[in-house]
Amino acid sequence: MESKSSTTGNRDNPNRNLHGSKTMMASHFLRALFRIQQTSTSSSSAGRSRRIRRAAYASMAYSAGTRRAWSRALLRKLRSRARLRFPRRLSRAATPQRRDMDQAQVLRKLVPGGPSMDDCKLLEETADYIRFLTTQVRLMQTVMDSISS
Amino acid sequence: MSGRSSAITDEEINELVSKLQSLLPESRRRRSAGRASASKLLKETCSYIKSLHREVEDLSDRLSDLMATMDSNSPQAEIIRSLLRP
Repeated sequence: MESKSSTTGNRDNPNRNLHGSKTMMASHFLRALFRIQQTSTSSSSAGRSRRIRRAAYASMAYSAGTRRAWSRALLRKLRSRARLRFPRRLSRAATPQRRDMDQAQVLRKLVPGGPSMDDCKLLEETADYIRFLTTQVRLMQTVMDSISS
Repeated sequence: MSGRSSAITDEEINELVSKLQSLLPESRRRRSAGRASASKLLKETCSYIKSLHREVEDLSDRLSDLMATMDSNSPQAEIIRSLLRP
């Protein structure tokens, strides 16, 4: 994650740094994992998996804070306790794949808050979202390696 | 789409596109970074994000299975506790 100063002058930006975000993400996620482990001894593995998945997106969103449209959108979804859903594949029946399909529209469905972004903002937000996603994935892999060793 | 019309230069778009391209792992990059392949780049980006979402889901499943074998006194729980300590 690069902490480039934003040309739009986000108020929160100067105090955020790479190390800070990663640390916040890790501590939030680990705390959530610990809570889940304590409170789900009788629940199903699928239920626990859903909670872990939710915790993953929550720690991403909380560590990014409100300075990004994608994280604000994610936080809204999490707080409304709506199911976290991301489209997995285009339903081929509904939309036959055209050669010039608008990939920007597809991307808007994948990035939280996408539908309300113009093309330029979409690219910025996508780049930031990818950085946080890859960090979260690496974090989860690290936790897995630690637990299973 | 928002009605905001931003005076974005081609330069800025290209900058964002190449920034995005640099975030994709090597195996997904295509040779040319010209404007003509912007659509391909977006397609790769969508595909990459989908695979990341799947990874989060897969890792959640595996973590859940691992945690089933843990109890609060197990060494694994201790690892998590120690990772939480400052």
